[in-house]
Amino acid sequence: MAMNTQGRPTRMAENVATGGYGDTVSGSRGLEQAEPLIFERGGVENTGVDFPAPKGSKTRLGGLERTAPIGLPGLSEPETMRHYVRLSRKNYAIDLGLYPLGSCTMKHNPRLNEKVARMPGFADVHPLQPASTVQGAYEVMDVLAHWLLKLTGMPAVALSPKAGAHGEFCGMMAIRARLDADGETGRRRVLVPESAHGTNPATAVQCGFTVDEIPADAGGRVDMAALKAKLGDDVAGIMLTNPNTCGLFERDIREIADLIHGCGGYFYCDGANFNAIVGRVRPGDLGVDAMHINLHKTFSTPHGGGGPGAGPTVLSEALAPFAPLPLLMIDRDNPKGMAIMHMAEHESELDGKDLHPFGRMAAFHGQMGMFTRALTYMMSHGSDGLKQVADDAVLNANYILAGLKGVMTQAFEGHCMHEALFDDRFLKGTGVTTLDFAKAMIDEGYHPMTMYFPLVVHGAMLIEPTETESKGGLDRFIEVMESLALAAKAGETARFQAAPVHAPLKRLDETRAARQPVLRWTPAADAAE
Amino acid sequence: MTTRYTEDHEWITVDGDVATVGITVHAAEQLGDVVFVELPDTGKTLAKGDEFAVVESVKAASEVYAPIDGEIIAINSVLDDAPATVNEDAAGAGWFVKIKMSDASQLDGLMDEAAYNAHIA
Amino acid sequence: MRYLPHIDSDRKAMLEAIGVASIDDLFTDVPEAARLKGLVDLPLKQGELAVERAMSAMASKNISAGSVPFFVGAGAYRHHIPATVDHLIQRSEFLTAYTPYQPEISQGTLQTLFEFQTQVALLTGMDVANASMYDGSTACAEAVMMAARVTKRDKAVMAGTVHPHYVEASKTLAKYSDVEIAVTQPSVGGLDELIAAIDETTACVVVQTPDIFGQLHDLRAISEIAHAKGALVIAVFTETVSLGLVEAPGDMGADIAVGEGQSIGVGLNFGGPYVGLFACKNERNFIRQMPGRLAGETVDADGRRGYVLTLSTREQHIRREKATSNICTNAGLCSLAFTIHMTLLGEAGLRTLARLNHETACELADRLGSIEGVEVLNSSFFNEFTLRLPKPAAEVVDELARIGVLGGVPASRLYPGQFEDLLLVTATETNTESDMIVFEKALRGVL
Repeated sequence: MAMNTQGRPTRMAENVATGGYGDTVSGSRGLEQAEPLIFERGGVENTGVDFPAPKGSKTRLGGLERTAPIGLPGLSEPETMRHYVRLSRKNYAIDLGLYPLGSCTMKHNPRLNEKVARMPGFADVHPLQPASTVQGAYEVMDVLAHWLLKLTGMPAVALSPKAGAHGEFCGMMAIRARLDADGETGRRRVLVPESAHGTNPATAVQCGFTVDEIPADAGGRVDMAALKAKLGDDVAGIMLTNPNTCGLFERDIREIADLIHGCGGYFYCDGANFNAIVGRVRPGDLGVDAMHINLHKTFSTPHGGGGPGAGPTVLSEALAPFAPLPLLMIDRDNPKGMAIMHMAEHESELDGKDLHPFGRMAAFHGQMGMFTRALTYMMSHGSDGLKQVADDAVLNANYILAGLKGVMTQAFEGHCMHEALFDDRFLKGTGVTTLDFAKAMIDEGYHPMTMYFPLVVHGAMLIEPTETESKGGLDRFIEVMESLALAAKAGETARFQAAPVHAPLKRLDETRAARQPVLRWTPAADAAE
Repeated sequence: MTTRYTEDHEWITVDGDVATVGITVHAAEQLGDVVFVELPDTGKTLAKGDEFAVVESVKAASEVYAPIDGEIIAINSVLDDAPATVNEDAAGAGWFVKIKMSDASQLDGLMDEAAYNAHIA
Repeated sequence: MRYLPHIDSDRKAMLEAIGVASIDDLFTDVPEAARLKGLVDLPLKQGELAVERAMSAMASKNISAGSVPFFVGAGAYRHHIPATVDHLIQRSEFLTAYTPYQPEISQGTLQTLFEFQTQVALLTGMDVANASMYDGSTACAEAVMMAARVTKRDKAVMAGTVHPHYVEASKTLAKYSDVEIAVTQPSVGGLDELIAAIDETTACVVVQTPDIFGQLHDLRAISEIAHAKGALVIAVFTETVSLGLVEAPGDMGADIAVGEGQSIGVGLNFGGPYVGLFACKNERNFIRQMPGRLAGETVDADGRRGYVLTLSTREQHIRREKATSNICTNAGLCSLAFTIHMTLLGEAGLRTLARLNHETACELADRLGSIEGVEVLNSSFFNEFTLRLPKPAAEVVDELARIGVLGGVPASRLYPGQFEDLLLVTATETNTESDMIVFEKALRGVL
C-alpha cells in the first residue's frame, strides 16, 4: 500500500478528560477574546484616519493653542474593528435572545428603521437650516405627531423631550406652569404610588413639587381609600403609571382621574407601559392630562446600551398652551395649496397666539433620528398591526404567567397585562435570593428579568417578554425557568450562589467599585503617585 | 453607659451632656455593605428628627435622623476612608457624630435595648 | 405582520393554556367606556417597500448638507465620520442591548463607557466624566444645578455668549428650583462684564469657548476671580473638535466642563440624537453630586478586571426624590459612536482634524472678509466666526438657500430682534476649496 504520511487524528483520543481545564495563557477563551483597554493598546501617534497634511500657515487662536499632550490613544482601522467587535461579543442583546426586562420593553428592532434613519435627507440635515430646505423633516414631525395623537386620543404633543424622564419633566413643567397661570400657587403636593419608577419622584421635585407616596392595595393597585385621604387643595396632581409597574391595569383609573380633577389637580400618566394598550385604549379616554411616550419602548427604537431614547409628551387641552419651545407652526391653507411649516424658536414668534411655553427643554427640536425610526415602525404596523402588538404582548405575558405560576409565586392574583410579576416566596428557605436566581438565568443563556422592582413586592421578578417572541421561544423559556425553580427548591443552592459561571465574567464586586471608585483609566506612573 | 434606640434604627449613648450617635447593627445588616457615609459639619445645630447624615450601600441610601436636639461637636472622620467600619462595628467604632445635648429629657422617649429588639423582631 | 411571530393557531393554543376564551378577556380591567371598539383611524400595515418609499419621499424634500456648499454650525457641526463607526454601532450586541445593569453579560458596553469617560476627561483636562447626557444643552443645565449643590449657593451667572439654547435649557431646569440664573449682555468680545458679575453669593459662572460667535476665551483670569469668591467655573463647548487645538477647560481652571459631543461620530440628524459630555474635577464632593451614570472598574469573583455601573445612589432609581437628576436613559449608542471615532482619530488624528478645521475657517474668513461691506468681527476663532453684513442676515441666508448654498445661521435666529446684520459661519474639513469659492461668489451676488 501507499502510506499517506499526512494522516492525523480526526477524533479525540479515548479516555481524555475534557472538563476542568482552567485559565489560558492568553486570557482568551476560544471565541471569547480577552481585550485590554484602548489606552493599553494604542499610542498617541497611532491613527485610523487619513487626512491631507495641514498647510501649517494660519492661526487665529488668540494665543490659546493647546500645547500640552492630551494622551488620547489611537488605533488603526483593523485594530479598531477588532477592539469593538471583541467587546461587542461580551454583551447580551435582543438579537441574541429573550430579554425579559419588565418595564423596559425589549422588543425586536426592525432594520428598515435603521435604514430609513440613515437616509441623507434625514441624517445629514442641520437643525438650523432655513425652513425651505427642511420641509420633509418638518413633515416627519407632523406625521409622527398625527400618529401619536390618534393613538393617544390627545389634542397636542411636545416632541422635544429626549427620553422618558425628560418627557416626565415636560409634562410636570406644563402642569406647574398651568397651576401658576391660574394663581394656584398653593398646589405643590404630587401624589406618587410607591410602585412608581424612580424618575417620577425625581421629576416632581425638579419641578418644585413635594412628593407624597400612596400605598398599593393588596391587589397591587392604587389603594383608593388612601388616595382619597390624601386629596386636598394643595394637590397639584398625580403621577401614575398605567398599566402599572406590577403589570396590572389600574381598574379605577377613571375614578382616580375624576378625583384628581375634582380636587383641582392634574393627571400625569407615565407612559412607559403604553406597549400593553397601544391601539386598544387611548389614554385620552382615561382622563390623562399629560403622558410621555417612550419611542424606544413602544415604538421600538433601539436601546443602544442605554440610549438614546425619545419621550414625546402628549398634553390635554388644559396643558397644551404651555408646551415647550420650539413649536412647529403649520400653515395648511397657504395659496400654493400645500402645508408650509416653520419652527417657532421664541415666544416672540408665536404671532399673538394664546400660547405660553414654559421654556425650552434642549438645544434643538427633539430626537429626529428616533422620530424617523418610530414613524417607520408605526407605518409598518398600521393601526391593525399596532393593536396586534398590544394583544400579543399581553398574550405572551399571560402565557408566561400561566406557565410559571405553579412553580414560582405570582405577586398578585388574576391576569396581568404585558408583564408578569412574581415575588420570592417560592425561594423561601432555599437560601437562593432573587439575585441568585437571576444570575442562574444568565448561565442558561437568558438576560435576567427586572428584579427588586417594583419596590412594593419582596424580591420582585418582573418579566416582560414583549410581542416579538414566538410561542416556541416562550415554551423553552418557561421550561428553563421551571427547571431553575425546581432546582432551587431541591436544594441546589450552591449552583445559584456561584452563578453565573458561563458568562464572560463571574459576579462583579460592586462594593469595591463604590468604595474605591475608579472611573477612568490613569497612566501607570500617575496611578502610583 | 446605657444605650438607647430610636424607631429609625439610630443608637445613642450619653456621657455627661455629650451624646454619641450611630446606626444599629440591625440597620447596618439590612443596608448591606456600606460604601459611603455623608456626615454633617461640626457646629451644626440639630433638632430632634432632623436629617443629619446619609448612609449608602451599593443599592440603597438612607437618611439618618437626630434622636435629640443639640449641636454637633465631633464627627467620625474614620468613616470617610473606611465606611466599612459601619458594617464591622456599628455599635462602636462605626459611630457617626457626637452631639452636645440641649435637652436631656428627650432621652426619656427613646427605647432601651429590650424594647428595640422587640421593635425589630 | 412581519415582526410578530405568532400565527393564529399559536394564539389559540396560548389562550387555551391561559384559560380564557379570547384576547378580550385579558383586557377586562380596562373600563368598558375606554375600550376601543374598532381600530384607531390610521392607515393599515404596509410592507417594507411601501414604507421605505413613503419615508424616502419625505427625506427627498430636504436639502442634505452633503449635497450643497454647507457652512452651518452654531451648536451642530458637519464632519466626516469614518465608515467603521456606523458599521460598529450597528453590531446587534451594541445596538440592541439595554442599559448594562447585568455586568456579567454587559462588559462590552461597560468597557466602552469606561473608555469614553476617560477620553472625555482627557479631552477636557478634567479628572472624571460621566457616561453621557442627552446633549450639550442639558449637560450645561445639569452642571449649573450641580454647582449649586456643591457650593450650597443659588446664583448662577451665564455669559450672554453661551449658546442661547443652552441658556434657555438651563433656565428651564432651574425655573422652579432655588437657583436663579443671570445672563450678561451678549457681544463679540471679552469677559469683563461676566467677571464683574461674580460675587460672594455666586454658585457658578458659565462661559462658553469657542462662544456662540466663535470667539475663543482664556478662562484663567475668570477662574482665578471666581475661585477667590468661592464660585465654580463651568466651561461650555459646542464643538468638541476644538479641543484638539485649543487649551482644555480643565487646564484653564474650569471646575466643570460640559459640551456637545455630536461632532465626533454622531452626525447632524436634524438636531438629535446627540451626546452630552459632562466632566469635572475630582474635588470636594464633586463626584457624588454628578448627574447621570458612571461606569467604574472592579474585579469579578475570580479576580479578573471588569466594569460595573457604580455610585448609583446618586441616581433616581435608588435615590428617588433626592436624586442628583431625574435622568435615566442617556445617549448610550451616541457615546459609543463618539468613542469609536475618537479611537480611530487618536491624538494625532484629532490634532490634524482640528488643524484642518481651523485652516479652512481662516481661509474662508479671509475670502468672505474681502467682500466689500462684509466684516469679520472675531479677534480669534476656531472653525466658526461672525460676519457683519450690509443687510439683514436672515434674508441673506434665505437668498443663498435659493441658489443652493447653506451659508450659516443668522444670529437673529438665536437672539430674536437682535444682531440682525450678523451671520454665524462655520467651516470644517468637509468644505472644499470649490465650496468656498461658490459661497464667496454667491454672497457677493446676494449682497
